[in-house]
Formats: sequence, structure tokens, C-alpha cells
Amino acid sequence: MTLLDLTQTARRNVLAAWDDPRFAWVGVVLIAAALAILPFVLADIGTAWVRITNLAILYVLLALGLNIVVGFAGLLDLGYIAFYAVGAYTYALLASPHFNLHLPFWLILPMGAGVACLFGVLLGAPTLKLRGDYLAIVTLGFGEIIRIFLNNLSQPINITNGPQGITLIDPFRIGTFNFARPDIFFGLAFSGPIKYYYFLVLLLVVVIVINLRLQDSRIGRAWEAIREDEVAARAMGVNTRNMKLLAFAMGASFGGVSGGVFAATQGFISPESFVLVESIMVLSMVVLGGMGNIWGVILGAVLLSFAPEVLRYTVGPVQTALFGRMLIEPEVIRMLLFGLALVLMMLFRPAGILPSAVRKRELERRKEAPVA
Amino acid sequence: MSHTSAAPVASDASVLLEATGIGKRFGGVQALVDVSFTIRRGEIYGLIGPNGAGKTSLFNVLTGIYTPDAGTFRFEGEPLFNAASHEVARRGIARTFQNIRLFANLSALENVMIGRHVRTHAGVVGAILRDRRTRAEEEAIAQRAYQLLAYVGVAKRANDLAKHLAYGDQRRLEIARALATDPKLLALDEPAAGMNATETAGLRNLLEDIRRDGTTILLIEHHMQLVMSVCDRVLVLDYGRKIAEGSASEVQKNPKVIAAYLGGDVALHAP
Repeated sequence: MTLLDLTQTARRNVLAAWDDPRFAWVGVVLIAAALAILPFVLADIGTAWVRITNLAILYVLLALGLNIVVGFAGLLDLGYIAFYAVGAYTYALLASPHFNLHLPFWLILPMGAGVACLFGVLLGAPTLKLRGDYLAIVTLGFGEIIRIFLNNLSQPINITNGPQGITLIDPFRIGTFNFARPDIFFGLAFSGPIKYYYFLVLLLVVVIVINLRLQDSRIGRAWEAIREDEVAARAMGVNTRNMKLLAFAMGASFGGVSGGVFAATQGFISPESFVLVESIMVLSMVVLGGMGNIWGVILGAVLLSFAPEVLRYTVGPVQTALFGRMLIEPEVIRMLLFGLALVLMMLFRPAGILPSAVRKRELERRKEAPVA
Repeated sequence: MSHTSAAPVASDASVLLEATGIGKRFGGVQALVDVSFTIRRGEIYGLIGPNGAGKTSLFNVLTGIYTPDAGTFRFEGEPLFNAASHEVARRGIARTFQNIRLFANLSALENVMIGRHVRTHAGVVGAILRDRRTRAEEEAIAQRAYQLLAYVGVAKRANDLAKHLAYGDQRRLEIARALATDPKLLALDEPAAGMNATETAGLRNLLEDIRRDGTTILLIEHHMQLVMSVCDRVLVLDYGRKIAEGSASEVQKNPKVIAAYLGGDVALHAP
């Protein structure tokens, strides 16, 4: 037996151990513990980091929602942030002094999901026959229409309060328990952001489970079939119209819920938060991470939402240390690095950092195609 | 006996599909002109004709990919008017494609599992909750898919990607996927194209098996030997028109058919 054989046997053993369900449970417990401690560690570094983490989780939720539309059903959507906006405004209008309505969050969040879902179908229905670039243009237009409406629906009846946005949005409350107020439990200081963090992690787990189960189901297979060959899917009895609408509706409702949480955590929203660049950012997260693969999408969202913050805190000091003064603004560096990352990705990992197996093969097929 | 003696024969239970006066035009090209035929339950019905005769167009009109400009289909006595593709599949007509259209990047098993879509019910709620009924259905889908792979003889390749299968196996896999929809009529578009003699012989056995197990077959094929050996009746199209219909041996002797295939009254040698 050579050394190579030995290492290969060892490798196989390690892989076998990795497949062991007990091993998987140990992993789950470790990750849960890490997630539970994380906010306190972050709060120790600076309260801002807890907020940044919360925002990152919101982006992960958005990316997972968009992944249903883009990754699973293969429909390019450039206006996804509109559903986030719809969810956020639903929450803001029903829980703020603007209309003097103060409904509880557990009622408005599902409502936000429902309204966003309705808008998803509204966007999906007229675009059923479009694919690729054409669909992208229409969805992009849809996103802009929603934003422009929000900007202008202050007259003749003031619904959205226009560009000023809506302020003093209620935080989550259950009885006397207020998510925005710091509390002390078990001798630990739970600030507002930390409470929201736990809520977001819980929501994230639910969304991940829903995504994983949808992917591996009759519905998920039908989406896969549509992505692969729509004509064949239809001939096999897949109702492509309903399945595409379902993808739009599911994706939109996740966006709606995230929007509601966003409105509550920020306490203030305005149309400025829902610009085209945000849609593109969420799409970049999906594409960079590896569309169609849930873990890849999460990774992409975490990387892209933390990167600017990390740069904000490092670019300045590093430059002062090297050159004695700041030469390039962090914001500029961020876009430079972002562009570089996308170029590198297209060259070396065109299907994303953690690609979905099927998606990767589809991209390879396209590479082979022009030869034939 | 009855007073409604003028009623059409559509009520005849032995008739599975009845096409009347089907017409389809693409711009200036009349792809199908007044094509009428009936397919009886349990038969293998051949559809032949030179290239461009309108065979695949007829398939596409039947399976809802195109809508006919004229004429009607009645399937099991019920009209099949302007039905969408997926509705046609639900009613019990499954098809394969001339240029194989498998879900190339999915495994053979997944391809067949997608064929079960139309006969299963789990929705979003079932998928998310994964209740006992959904799990049982998923189990049944996978099991049926395995059975069908074994039935067409590609069970060994269940976990291979469809595109990595040999050509003949891809054709068989497409048949398995179509069978997964529990069709009453299986419409095959040139299943023997590109197959060698052994594979064609195997295909003939498979077609016989499918018929014996109760599925009617509509077969487009250029491989005359195969058509003549398995088909009970044959319809011949030329330039979108029906030029002959009958048993294989009758059609073979029909001078119109010979003319269509060999070039009509153009004499090869001057007298």
C-alpha cells in the first residue's frame, strides 16, 4: 500500500464521517451556539456591528427570496427590491402615526407578505411569455414604477408622504415586551438590535427550511423543468403559467416580509431605500454566491453586505498608515473591488462561489454550445 | 333503433382519437390540409410521409403546441379544442420529440419524476410541511420513476445525467418520461432515428410491450421496416394532405404512396 493509497483511505474515512448524521447534528449545535453568542461578541466591538449584521441578514433573506425567482425558476428579475418596498410601506403605513394606525407586527408582517405576493402576481402575469433580457427590462421598469409611485403618492391624498418618507414607525411589540428598548435578562444586556437579531435569525432559519424543502419537491422539480426546457415541461403536463406565477409570488412574499422587518428596525423609510442599485445588489449576491444553491446565495449575501462596512473601517486607517493621508475614499474602493470581484468570478467561477450542480452544468452547456 | 341515427360515430367506445378536417398554415405554407383520421384503442397507428409532409406539424397541433386553423380533435369522445399543452398531457396524450428534448442537466430519474408531475398533487404547503401524505407521494413518484426506467431498460443509468446517456438510451428515457404521465395515447416522433439495427429491434419489442400493457401508440417513423412490422394501420401524408390510410401492406402497394416517396410520374429512364 503506497502513501497515496493511505491518504486516500484516510480521506474516504473523513468523508464517510462527514456523512454521518451524528456529525451533522454536532455541526448544527455548533452553528446554533455561534449564532447565539455572536451578537454579544459584536456588541463588544461596537453596537454598530449588531445593526450591520441585522442588515446583512435582511439581505440574506432578500437574496433567498430572489433565488426562488432567478435560481429556481430561471426568471431574471431586476426589480426585486420593489417587493421589499411594498412590504416596508405596508408595515410603515399600518404601524406609524402617519395614518395613526398601530396594528401589531405579527398581523402586519403576514399582510405585507400577502400584499407583496399580490404585486408579484401582478408583475408575473403580463410577463409570462418573456424570457431573459426582455423579462429583465420589464421587471426593471416595474421596480422603478413602484419607487416613482412611492415618491409621488403624496398628492392629491397623502398616502406615502412622498420623498420625505415615513417616520416614527412602531417597533415590534408583544404585550409590554418592546423590541426597541434595551432590557436585561439573565444579567445580560439585550439592546434593541440584539432582540431584532434573534428575531431575524429565527426568520432566516424558517426561510432556509422553506427554500430547501421547496427545492426538493414536486414544485421544485417543475421549476427545474421549466428552466431546462419550457416546451418539454409543458408537454409533460407542467402548467408553466401557474408555476412561474408561483415563483414570482413566493419570491415576492419573502421580499415583503423582509421589508416589514426593515421598516420596524429602521423606524424610518423613504423611497430612497428602494432604488435600482439595491435590486442589482441583491441580484449580484445571488449570482456571486451561486444561483440555485441556497448556501451559495447566503454566502454571496453575507460577503456583499459586510464588505462595504469592513472597508469603511479599514480603508482609511490603512491608507493613513501607508501614505500619511487618505488618498481614495472607501466608497470608491468598494466599487473598484466589487467590479474586480465580478470580473474574477466570471473568469474563474462563472457559476458562482458555491454553484448549484445543475446550474453549473447549464453554464457549461452554454459554453459548449457555439462550437456545435 | 334510436332516432338519432344521424349522430357521428364519435360515441364509439373503441375510438380513442378522432381528427376531423385538421388544417394548419404557416404564412404561405399550407402545412396541413383537411386531415381526418381515427385512432382506435390499443392499436399502433403509424404516421408516415416524405420529409416536410406535415407529420411533426400534426403532432404539434395535436399536443397543443400550435393551434389548428381548421378542424377538431376529439379524444375519448370529448373535444380537445385549443387545449394548452399541459392540459393535453393531463387529458392523456404524452409525446416525445423528434430532436430529443430531455431535461439534459437533470438525472435520468429526475426526468421521469417530472413526468409524474401531472398525476400528483403536492403543492407549496405540502412541500414546506412535508406531511405524511406528501412524503408518501414523493416516495411513490420515485418508485414509479424507477419502475419506468426499468421498463424501458435504462434503470442502470438512473443517476446519470440525461445528456450523458447514449443516444438510444436518451430516446428510451424520453419514452419513459412520457409514460410517467400515464398516457392513454403515446405519440412518438421518430423514436428510431439514429438507432442501429439492434437498438431498433429493441425498440420494436418495447413498442409491443407498451401496446400490450394497454397504451395506444401514434408513431411517426421513417424506418419503414419498423413501421411495417409494428403498425396496425398507417396514415400517409404528403404536402400536408392525407394520401392514403390502411394496413401496412395495403399502404405499401398504394401507387400514390409509391409516387410520393419515389418522385411521382417523373420517369427515370427515357422510353
